[in-house]
Amino acid sequence: MKTLAELAALRDKMKDKVALREGTGEKRIVVGMATCGIAAGARPVLNAFVVAINEAGLTGNVTVTQTGCIGICQYEPVVEVYESGKEKVTYVKMTSEKAQKVIEEHIKGGRPVKEYTIGEIKH
Amino acid sequence: MKELSLNILDITQNSIKAGAKNISIFLDEDTNYKLTLRIIDDGCGMTAEVVERVKNPFFTSRTTRKVGLGIPFLTLAAEQTGGGVSIESFSESEYPENHGTTITATFDLQHIDFTPLGDMVTTISLLIHGNPGLDFEFRHTKPSAVVELSTRQMLEVLGEIPLDSPEVIEWIRESLAEQYLTFYGD
Repeated sequence: MKTLAELAALRDKMKDKVALREGTGEKRIVVGMATCGIAAGARPVLNAFVVAINEAGLTGNVTVTQTGCIGICQYEPVVEVYESGKEKVTYVKMTSEKAQKVIEEHIKGGRPVKEYTIGEIKH
Repeated sequence: MKELSLNILDITQNSIKAGAKNISIFLDEDTNYKLTLRIIDDGCGMTAEVVERVKNPFFTSRTTRKVGLGIPFLTLAAEQTGGGVSIESFSESEYPENHGTTITATFDLQHIDFTPLGDMVTTISLLIHGNPGLDFEFRHTKPSAVVELSTRQMLEVLGEIPLDSPEVIEWIRESLAEQYLTFYGD
């Protein structure tokens, strides 16, 4: 059972590491979590980013945050990636599988996954 | 919404946007298979006039669109089981000392149109991950079992370590998942 005693053990283990982990915020992944996003499936997408960034140990320079309605509800789930000095990349109609590819190619590899971006959507 | 836990995630965003510092999410199942959901916050609240209007899908506080479907979706999910939604709110302008909103929704768990609760573990862990500065209290009870988590209690143990640290989020997930295993296991 995950008890508070176990949480205390976790705290003691983490104490020395905390200072190193203050985010530099090089990359920011923002997931739209308003009603439109959630209804379209944003929760598994956000969860996929949180889990993958945590597991890859990238929390030092990548932050995952939530935002409200971006105004393009028909393209939800929408994910924006901000990187200092670069243009914002907007991914649309995301899924948790697409999120994995974005992590690998864009977040780790530095190459945006063009086929998932808003510019590639046929009007 | 495909899961009630998605409605809960959505409605709780309203509390966050209302500037709440403390948010409680309670699910209570009684012996007659009635489920009561309460989301209680100490945010800026609403005046009686606004409370009247929020059930209308063509009312929203956001500026990007002219529709707001969060409360109507929750109302639909409740009413299609024979239950309902009520909102009690005290606006900051009228009650500067004691403001906030309580949303109560009731459901018949055995009704064929009851939306499955779904993944509360992910809903709660993502709420905490996205809002590490807020106090969340979660409790799901039925006559024979309970699942609970309090960030205030966690912070008393954690001290300076933030709630959104990967290890802490993982602990939250595992703690809730283990409790739910027992909750549904009997």
